[in-house]
Amino acid sequence: MIKDIFKQLWKDKFARIALLVLGVIYIALFLADFIAPYTKDFSDRTMAYVPPSKLFTIDENGKLSKPYTYNYVREFDKNNLEIKYRLDRSKKHYIKFFSKGQPYKFLGLIPMKRHLFTTDRDGRIFLLGTDINGRDVFSRLLFGGRISMTIGFLALFVLFPIGLLFGGISGYIGGRVDSIMMRFAEAIMSIPSFYLLIILASILPSGMTSTQRFMLIVIILALIGWAGFARVVRGMVLSVKNQEYIQAAQSIGASKMRIITKHLLPQTTSFVIVAMTLSVPSYILSESGLSFLGLGIQQPDASWGNMLKEAQEFTNILYRPWLLTPGFLIFVSVLAFNLIGDTIRDILDPKSKVR
Amino acid sequence: MELFKYIFKRIIQTIPLLIIVSLISFFIIRLSPVDPLAELKLNPSISPETVEKERQRLGLDKPVIIQYGKWAFSFIKGDLGVTSTGEKVSQKLKERIPNTLLLTSIVIFLTWLVGVPLGIIAAVKWKTPIDRILTVLTSIGMAIPSFFFAVLLLLFAVKTGWFPIGGLTSPNFSDLSFGGKFIDIAYHLVLPVFVLFTISLAGLQRQMRANMLDVLDSDYVKFARAKGLPESVVIYKHALRNAVNPMITLLGFEFAGLLSGAALTEYVFQYPGLGRLILEAVLKSDINLVMASLMMGAVMLILGNLIADILLIITDPRIRVKS
Repeated sequence: MIKDIFKQLWKDKFARIALLVLGVIYIALFLADFIAPYTKDFSDRTMAYVPPSKLFTIDENGKLSKPYTYNYVREFDKNNLEIKYRLDRSKKHYIKFFSKGQPYKFLGLIPMKRHLFTTDRDGRIFLLGTDINGRDVFSRLLFGGRISMTIGFLALFVLFPIGLLFGGISGYIGGRVDSIMMRFAEAIMSIPSFYLLIILASILPSGMTSTQRFMLIVIILALIGWAGFARVVRGMVLSVKNQEYIQAAQSIGASKMRIITKHLLPQTTSFVIVAMTLSVPSYILSESGLSFLGLGIQQPDASWGNMLKEAQEFTNILYRPWLLTPGFLIFVSVLAFNLIGDTIRDILDPKSKVR
Repeated sequence: MELFKYIFKRIIQTIPLLIIVSLISFFIIRLSPVDPLAELKLNPSISPETVEKERQRLGLDKPVIIQYGKWAFSFIKGDLGVTSTGEKVSQKLKERIPNTLLLTSIVIFLTWLVGVPLGIIAAVKWKTPIDRILTVLTSIGMAIPSFFFAVLLLLFAVKTGWFPIGGLTSPNFSDLSFGGKFIDIAYHLVLPVFVLFTISLAGLQRQMRANMLDVLDSDYVKFARAKGLPESVVIYKHALRNAVNPMITLLGFEFAGLLSGAALTEYVFQYPGLGRLILEAVLKSDINLVMASLMMGAVMLILGNLIADILLIITDPRIRVKS
């Protein structure tokens, strides 16, 4: 079934582009340690807010040369009272491919030193400039993307089992159990989700490791979304629970749990697939919003949301537009997920014309 | 009469819902390790008597169940306690809630005004370039993170100077005449409204398009066409009425989404609304304020759904028959 969906997705022009874009993003994130010229924790305090490095392939004599770059020097302009960055043209720094740079552990396991591209020891290559701490924005985009682009999926894997089981039990057992369970779900849905999200995030204790925090944020994101999902599952279970094959299962003495998990819930598969692809983007957006406010992923860890935190200052968005790049990446990946989700819905549910 | 009975029943149904919401939010906040009076105690301008009064009011020395009872009782009486700066919470909410309601109701009005016609156009011109373009545009609108879009628009406002950068009123607001005040507020609302409008338009347009396509497929529309009615009558008289009904249910959901989306937008634009209030309260761990604004958010949402339901009963007679 998955293979069929994929084949049909590939046929659709928009979906194919979206798949390719997401493919490139995820491969880049997987290889982040190798592609990024610097490690996650690298910072050069003398190079705060440096604009993107300029790359040259034609040297000062007008001849073709190996690609090289110049370092920036920070200068204070006394007349205008502003800090300026000037290219230090005295020394060329050639860009080296597949050469040794800062040591890292590939995927946290294999110690390696090679990077896709680096420059010499005292040269600096910042493709997208640096942030307030002199950290390379390009490298942090890759490391931050790992968090931003996986958190949604992880939340879904927590949320969907809960929602399926809750909706399944509520719909199949019915009666008073059903009405109590549904009132509870409705109550959760009655709290504006973002309000609940920030409150849950704010009561997290502060002394946690970054992994613990990450896991708890996944759980919080999952807690927000399950109720609406459970309601739809309940509706679907209600519509099939009186069919003959369920009666057959009951008469051979199958337990309630077995009927729910083996006979009723599989009926919701296509809805689940569609709902999953369409809700990944909303979790990406929620995480970035949370981190943007400083309640999600914390420094020094990067996520696209907390990198955008710097865009809260006017001076940054006016004079340092490279700090806005995470926003564009969020936009592109959410758009791609939406396009794929829409196309999958068309494939699995040809009657529905929401697009 | 039947109608009023149904509406009354529907209002009664919201009471248990509110009780569960209050229980959930109360226990979430009690989970927090923060001392609810810590901020108050640290503030030198607040007398120990006030702190003691709060402790008594919240019943902090008693078991959690009694604490909840005390809190719920004073909530019903309208006594919401004081904020960490010593202001009355109810006063603060009174200032902020109308602003959020103003913002969201303008956005809902505009999205309906634009989204419904666009949905109809897309459905009527199904699978033509117009439909495709609208789909692409709404996809883009759905994908922009609200806070990022708000930041970009703020940048635009700073660069061009065409729009005020944040807030709801100008510094000289109190000196303005009534008309001037109106224009001033409208001027400040343009950008926040635009952000929320762009984001919520997509969902509405798509839903309208889908409903319309479903209805256009139905037998009675085919019959109306077969009868030789002009296309405009078929669409605007027969199809539209039935396609709009499910949208009214959506109104409640739209309101919920807007309240959430508004929080970030209000934050970026420094707009004095409920969303920013709760955010600031959360960041300062001002428990009374968080509790009260969470409850008010839920109350607004439940009321929104209630209004949508009642509207639906009025417009769709089938529901009355069913109940």
